[in-house]
Amino acid sequence: MAKVTYIEDNGTEHTIDVPNGTTLMEAAVKQGIPGIDGDCGGACACATCMVYVPEEWLGKLPEVETMEETMLDFCERREDNSRLSCQLVASDELDGIRVKMPESQH
Amino acid sequence: MTNNYRNGPFHIETIRIEMNSTGQGRKMADDILIIGAGQAAAQAVQSLRAEGFEGPIRLFGDEPYAPYQRPPLSKKFLAGEIGYDRVELKSQDFYEQANVETHWGTRVTEIDRKNKRVLTGDGREFPYGKLILATGSRVRELNVPGFELEGVHYLRNIEDVKSIQSHFREGAKMVVVGGGYIGLEVAAVAAKRGIDVTVLETADRVLARVVDPIVSHFYERVHREEGVKIETGVTVSGFEGKDRITAVTSGEGKSYPCDFVVVGIGIIPNTELAAEAGLEVSNGIVVDEFCRTSDPDICAAGDCTSHPNAIYGHRLRLESVHNAIEQGKTAAATLAGKEKPYNQVPWFWSDQYDLKLQIVGLSQGYTEAVVRGDPENTRSFAVFYLKDGALVAVDAVNRAPEFMMSKMLTQKKAKLDPARIRDESINVKEIAG
Repeated sequence: MAKVTYIEDNGTEHTIDVPNGTTLMEAAVKQGIPGIDGDCGGACACATCMVYVPEEWLGKLPEVETMEETMLDFCERREDNSRLSCQLVASDELDGIRVKMPESQH
Repeated sequence: MTNNYRNGPFHIETIRIEMNSTGQGRKMADDILIIGAGQAAAQAVQSLRAEGFEGPIRLFGDEPYAPYQRPPLSKKFLAGEIGYDRVELKSQDFYEQANVETHWGTRVTEIDRKNKRVLTGDGREFPYGKLILATGSRVRELNVPGFELEGVHYLRNIEDVKSIQSHFREGAKMVVVGGGYIGLEVAAVAAKRGIDVTVLETADRVLARVVDPIVSHFYERVHREEGVKIETGVTVSGFEGKDRITAVTSGEGKSYPCDFVVVGIGIIPNTELAAEAGLEVSNGIVVDEFCRTSDPDICAAGDCTSHPNAIYGHRLRLESVHNAIEQGKTAAATLAGKEKPYNQVPWFWSDQYDLKLQIVGLSQGYTEAVVRGDPENTRSFAVFYLKDGALVAVDAVNRAPEFMMSKMLTQKKAKLDPARIRDESINVKEIAG
């Protein structure tokens, strides 16, 4: 289980418990947290679940794979610390992680 | 747990008295009722609250489940790789926090527009202020002799998947009727499970309705490489067996022995409720770009609608998640008093084996299909469909960059040079020149 805080572009914070094995995108969409669309349901086909990850957490995440890299490459608001939350699977190690959403996913 | 929607109190039983022009008092319900509980409905709930609608929302679905994702049903869910918890769209908490009254397993049988109420199959009635019809679609059935035999299945909902899975054991014989996306996805999952699969298709190639022959022949090759038998030009004329199916027979006089059958020959929009209520229906419930039906108090969203699309210049009826989500947003905005027109390039996807097919746009009426990559010897390529030089659609197999780029180019109806599309030394981002 990981306690994950999602921060909207306007600063509103949402903290939820994400079971191990569930992606950060799935948990956010299921809870209706604004700012993460996840239009494709996690198929890595839409790039509408981008989040910014603080430096100290980046190293704990799995490497960016080719598919994710490709999708990120087309995200208008991509920064160096951008990840697709559909590729981030919750684990005890990610307990306490804070991620920030862009102003818009489109 | 953070509360996303409790910005103000929601009144579930709000009734207000309004005076109409003749001065008579009339009870007016604020309630927004959503009929149908799929992807469009779940999105509409979220968007109604996000747009600031604070009145009562009631959600009706005839399945015993809360809204769930359908695309995985013919993919990972059928394969048993993910369970219900991973296809469920929203958590139970979500509906509680959004203060939505949910009625699962409840079919709406009539919309009484005169008295602004809906009637349900269990004999209850609910007043409404506004309605969203998100009734979706159902499978097209194959009415041939033997259609009622055990072992003949369709794939539309969770119960269908459970029935199909009950036949999954190595060496079992399955016939798939219909070489469309659903049929081919089911074939791929079953083949991986060691099932002996035969796909029967009426046309002379699979996916004939939606892709160029180049793509059809690619999928036929891959399925054959994976051990699936594909027979085209076959018209199914009947199912044989005593109680259980034992063979599929064709009009061409052949017999295909099998233990079970999955029929995937398309879907039909659920428009009866709307038609019986006198709403305009023509290949879907007719809506405008704001998802309004011919009754301004009633919106419709998702598979069940026929909607205008300015990019293609004609009406579309789409069977896709993207369409359901975007129309769910638009319908919610309209009923919350905002105007957010829906006018986008559609997109779809299909997963088979290690192939991720991503589709942008609609290729109907294309004048030229230009190939980037090698569909004959590899499993990665894209086909660009041009109509008089302008990009109208792309099928991208394991080609995410082509998919993402063509989403933008199709929206702009970009004129492309076929030579630049074919030239892989040109980065796809530079393809438009």
